[in-house]
Amino acid sequence: MTNTIGDMEKADVILITGSNTTENHPVISTYIKRAVKFKGAKLIVVDPRRIKIAGFARHWLRSNLGSDVAWINGMMHVIIKENLYDKEFVNARTEGFEQLKAMVEKFTPEYVEEITGIPAQKLTEAARMYAQAKAASIVYCMGITQHISGTDNVKSLANLAMLCGNLGIEGGGVNPLRGQNNVQGACDMGGLPNVFTGYQSVNNADAVKKMEAAWGVSGLSDKPGLKVTEMLPMAHTGEMKALYIIGENPLVSDPDLNHAKKSIEHLDFLVVQDIFLTETAQLADVVLPSACFAEKEGTFSNTERRVQRVRKAVDAPGQAMDDWRITCEIAKRMGYAMDYADAEAIMKEIASVTPSYAGITYERIDYEGIHWPCPAADHPGTPILHTAQFPIGKGKFHAIDYIPPAESTDKEYPMYLTTGRVLYHYHTKTMTGKTEGLNERSPGSFVEISFKDATAYGLRDGDTVEIASRRGTITSAVKVSGMAVSGTVFIPFHFIEGAANMLTNAALDPVSGIPEYKVCAVRLAKAA
Amino acid sequence: MDTQNLIVINGNEFTFTPGETILQVARRNSIPIPTLCHLKKANPTGQCRICVVEVEGARSLVASCAAPAGPNMVVRTETPAVVEARRLVLQLMLSSGNHNCAARVSDDNEWSRFQLEVNRYDKTDALCPVWGDCELQHLAYQYQVSAERFPKTEVPYEMEDVNPFIVRDFSRCIKCGRCVQACNDVQVNNAISFGYRGTDTKIVAAEDKALKDSDCVFCGECVQVCPVGALVEKNARYDVRPWECEKVRTTCSYCGVGCQLWLHVKEGKVVKVSGVEDVAPNYGSLCVKGRFGFDFIHSPERLTDPLIKENGKFRKATWDEALNLVARKLGDIKEKNGGDSIGVLTSARVSNEENYIANKFTRAVLKTNNIDHCARL
Repeated sequence: MTNTIGDMEKADVILITGSNTTENHPVISTYIKRAVKFKGAKLIVVDPRRIKIAGFARHWLRSNLGSDVAWINGMMHVIIKENLYDKEFVNARTEGFEQLKAMVEKFTPEYVEEITGIPAQKLTEAARMYAQAKAASIVYCMGITQHISGTDNVKSLANLAMLCGNLGIEGGGVNPLRGQNNVQGACDMGGLPNVFTGYQSVNNADAVKKMEAAWGVSGLSDKPGLKVTEMLPMAHTGEMKALYIIGENPLVSDPDLNHAKKSIEHLDFLVVQDIFLTETAQLADVVLPSACFAEKEGTFSNTERRVQRVRKAVDAPGQAMDDWRITCEIAKRMGYAMDYADAEAIMKEIASVTPSYAGITYERIDYEGIHWPCPAADHPGTPILHTAQFPIGKGKFHAIDYIPPAESTDKEYPMYLTTGRVLYHYHTKTMTGKTEGLNERSPGSFVEISFKDATAYGLRDGDTVEIASRRGTITSAVKVSGMAVSGTVFIPFHFIEGAANMLTNAALDPVSGIPEYKVCAVRLAKAA
Repeated sequence: MDTQNLIVINGNEFTFTPGETILQVARRNSIPIPTLCHLKKANPTGQCRICVVEVEGARSLVASCAAPAGPNMVVRTETPAVVEARRLVLQLMLSSGNHNCAARVSDDNEWSRFQLEVNRYDKTDALCPVWGDCELQHLAYQYQVSAERFPKTEVPYEMEDVNPFIVRDFSRCIKCGRCVQACNDVQVNNAISFGYRGTDTKIVAAEDKALKDSDCVFCGECVQVCPVGALVEKNARYDVRPWECEKVRTTCSYCGVGCQLWLHVKEGKVVKVSGVEDVAPNYGSLCVKGRFGFDFIHSPERLTDPLIKENGKFRKATWDEALNLVARKLGDIKEKNGGDSIGVLTSARVSNEENYIANKFTRAVLKTNNIDHCARL
């Protein structure tokens, strides 16, 4: 997030897209709902489902799956045509405006309506509302990124925010909501194939030299590594021989599960380190038991870049150990000593090699976390990014054209499927599934379908239905719901029985490597 | 100093910022004023009147939670009239419903002794589940109030425990309305409200349905703010008394919001979770997963030993065995096929420190940049 969570209550307009906020980030949704109910903020929701937060919105724009670039370009078309953009910001802080203007020229509200299904008039009104706000915040989540055009979608939202001068100000910003407790931290800490900690590029010779000196090694690779979505196919072809998987369960979370399982079975050696014997761990050659969050010291970095403490409350069961201790033990046995007294000693090393974490110490974040970048011990942290300039100097507009999703409906697969999560479960359910009450509230897979579609297929609430895509078939229970819009069904991906990812498409965004979980074509039939 | 914004409380001058209430100024300066209905994150309702103070020139006592501080205002927080008014409020509350914290059948003199005796009856249904952790009980003790003054009135509503998380005991409800504000003004779930006016007042969900059949999403904000034993976590009810627990502060391990939690630990087990008030990003609020979804920590399905697969079956191994095997295998593959034939998936679930170590191991030991995690998934 460029801005903070608390900042949302200072926005005049909030635009939520591709985020089912009340179910996936319930506490953030409280900020948005309070902004609307008590602070007079106006809410625009653009989402293919009539999600709960749409009930708080002035405008709910129902977009066809995967049509985001079109509606965002359409909004910018209206804003430029009606001269509502922030000329001062565009002139002083950005470049590439003319190319953007030329690109969005053809995205008239009428043309956008054809692609997205959003009525031209509603798009125009929402565009005006966003542009005329003093401060407008954009909030998005996986509904934006999990597309073959995910990177384009994100860049388009950044275009929109820059066009209206909504960056670097209170109540503004482009705010992706991170789905997992420390996904921000995993990225910050070099858990990515192309960067060391703090996004220092592996093909930057200075960064390589710095790390070699700090770690006392030579010959670090300067070739970007493979993304998770590339590793599995390479396992299939035999180029990838071994995987060391820490706290991940790709066998439920990966797209096209049949294929993922075969790929993993091709490996010569699989090590899985986890707190449970997950579906993935069951395929491992060696399983290493680790401690969970309540059993260890450390830090997580949240979605607003706030580095916060994690503290040990109870002992880990049996012989389970902290993940870092296990990894260090393997390193030692491979001839490289990694000795740390405790987690705090590791943080000191992180701070010494990571400019954006240089000022973070356990002492400073004992009571309240600090937002990185925090480059020095006396630096207060950075709640709002880009207040004076962008890291690259001027903000670059990207002129982006619309491309349709990888898969579309046809005679054989006439319905669209989109996937996501529900309030009561989390990701692959390894944690939430252990709480009876959560299972009672959300016992199993379901397919959410509109009343009209249900009637057309002769389906009633609770019926068992067979759903097939070009990759697999599952059965699930029918849930007739006002959240669904005719022509599109929704299935949560938590459940191994009736797993949505047996159906989803593994087509990837070419830049981010994120699969298109949010769009595929399916057919439904009442199970015999 | 701007004399316009001075207020006198109990004989001492304090500055205030316009818009601040008397209560806020007092609390900021560590002057205790009791409250029951007051909820910091919402607008004051002045419902319970326990926070009344004397303001010079005012015709009657003033609810300090709602009254703004004014220039040269002279306030007294603990005069005989104030104390008498607070005692009356408490007497009325104690006489309505089931407040068996020992206050109801004893007179002032026996209060302490009775409390000690009642301790022996802990663990029974007869004793309130929040005994010893109740704001009403605490105030009754502080103001030495019994329930004798008014005849006891019964509450006609049955206890509700048909959902997995929250027990609603209407007989212990003092109708302060904190839960209603927590639900409508803080979480904005709009699931509960006041119903059946007058002496029949009840906090209702929808048209007086069970919580599970209403718009309730079980965030538990209402439980966290309830000052008495009317709303209690089902899994902690009677089993968890605050003095048996150690509280450890940490960060929630579900989504990326990073809510600050108290883990309540009893005999080496996490038995309850509550939100940390007064600190970002959540200021006490949580969701159903963060508050109630902690059973996985002590699940019998947790992995407790390293496992090595032999002939398609896992067997338990020692750490040395397992670690040596992993190191040897990875070392062999690296030597034979190069570091780039090995991949590491680190985790968006583990700590920064652990991700850093995985990153260092991958690059410095395996000599590859094949490291990623499931941010993309």
